[in-house]
Amino acid sequence: MTTSSFEYFAPTTLGEAQTLLSQYGGDAKIVAGGHSLIPTMKIRLAEPKYLIDLGRISELSYIREQEGGIAIGAMTTYYQIESSSTVRSRYLALAEASGEVADMQVRNKGTIGGSLAHADPAADLPAVILALEGQISLASSGGQRTLVADDFLVDTFSTALGDDEIIAEIRIPALPANTGGSYKKFGNKASHFAIVGVSAIVTMSGGTCQRVRIGITGAGPRAVRGRSAEAVLEGKEPTGSNLAQASEQAAQGIDFLGDIHASEEYRAHLTRVFTRRALEEAISRAR
Amino acid sequence: MPGKVHVQSNINGEDTDFLCEPRQSLLEVLRDVLSLTGTKEGCNDGNCGACTVIMDGRIVDSCCVLGVEAQGKQLTTIEGIASADGLHPIQQAFLENASLQCGICTPGFIVAVKALLDREPKPTEQRVRHWLAGNLCRCTGYDKIVRAVLDASEKIQASPR
Ligand SMILES: Cc1cc2nc3c(=O)[nH]c(=O)nc-3n(C[C@H](O)[C@H](O)[C@H](O)COP(=O)(O)OP(=O)(O)OC[C@H]3O[C@@H](n4cnc5c(N)ncnc54)[C@H](O)[C@@H]3O)c2cc1C
Ligand code: FES
Ligand code: FES
Repeated sequence: MTTSSFEYFAPTTLGEAQTLLSQYGGDAKIVAGGHSLIPTMKIRLAEPKYLIDLGRISELSYIREQEGGIAIGAMTTYYQIESSSTVRSRYLALAEASGEVADMQVRNKGTIGGSLAHADPAADLPAVILALEGQISLASSGGQRTLVADDFLVDTFSTALGDDEIIAEIRIPALPANTGGSYKKFGNKASHFAIVGVSAIVTMSGGTCQRVRIGITGAGPRAVRGRSAEAVLEGKEPTGSNLAQASEQAAQGIDFLGDIHASEEYRAHLTRVFTRRALEEAISRAR
Repeated sequence: MPGKVHVQSNINGEDTDFLCEPRQSLLEVLRDVLSLTGTKEGCNDGNCGACTVIMDGRIVDSCCVLGVEAQGKQLTTIEGIASADGLHPIQQAFLENASLQCGICTPGFIVAVKALLDREPKPTEQRVRHWLAGNLCRCTGYDKIVRAVLDASEKIQASPR
């Protein structure tokens, strides 16, 4: 198992990487942490002629407060996110989800940008980034554009990323006061990929759930927002029956995957159970 | 075909230059170019941790790192764990607790444990298990390995080197 041959570039600025990518286009691939791409290249499902390594671009690795929210450079690793006091204090669900990705070795290399660009249907971070209404900032030599995560993720291993575009930054908007978040997953015992993972971000006002955001991964061909479940709970008290109704709704409209790890029915069941758990934890943290 | 690349890194405290093809993994470079065969290959795709090395203070799966990525990096492999005086207390504890059978997973475990104890000298059992989630052992089972880590942690506390 060895990859095909390729020419390797290690630019040190985003600008240089953009130039290389516009020069080599579809024959080139970006490598970030390499933990999805390199195994894929070894089994020859990807055979780029040119590999552009973002690993030496220090300007792509940061977590900073910005416009009340935070901005995370695409090359920031899971480990850096899980151990960031800024993320932990303001977006606990994101820190916790990062800390549950795979294992320490993978978290030391895998990046937030790579997770989004790869769009594995079982990846953890997309659920949380959807629930946090994160924005993905894309850079190319032609300019810059920003998409909400829901528009960026298209299908299994498929995103809105153009051949000449690089994910530069992920922006997480400010959260209202009295907001709590959670990420709960039922992980594959070997890889820890999500068989189903659910993130809930809930803002409480008095005794009611004022604003509810739900992101679901692992269940279907791509990570999705649980919009109808959100609508069930918004403006209501988090009573047992309201939570049960919302969790029931979360499984509506998903084209569930069935494979050796879990059948379609089981993934639907897990979606309901983990939506409920994520909502309960988010609500308890919001009070 | 793209030519070989000249890479300079520091491996186990020694400045090391090597030539490699861009497509060679760090694992292949260590084993096949530098003859550092202590680092093992299990799955070759990031799952098993047999190929674990320390790169700039963090454990990584060397099968999923390119050799060219080692440029300018500080690496520790299993060959860098024992000292001239003998085995490292972690290695000794693995022997005393019978924490290995076939031994393929052992270098990866020991390197991962070294990185843990350097950073957190007194981890709880739960922390040890969480830290080692990326190292798989198909024969010994994990209890003896975890026991060895806790044992090594105590011994290192008692007589710091
Ligand atoms: C054993 C194992 C277990 C895993 N378990 C989990 C798990 O439990 N949960 C989970 O979420 N993930 C898991 N993963 C996947 C891991 O998180 C990957 O590292 C991640 O999905 C990809 O990130 P990367 O930085 O390694 O990207 P790479 O592998 O370098 O790249 C992946 C893809 O994204 C593209 N890309 C990367 N960065 C950019 C960028 N900035 N702009 C444009 N394109 C880019 C690349 O061209 C490539 O197509 C696991 C991986 C392994 C090997
Ligand atoms: S050989 Fe590298 S993780 Fe298994
Ligand atoms: S001792 Fe054989 S795999 Fe661990």
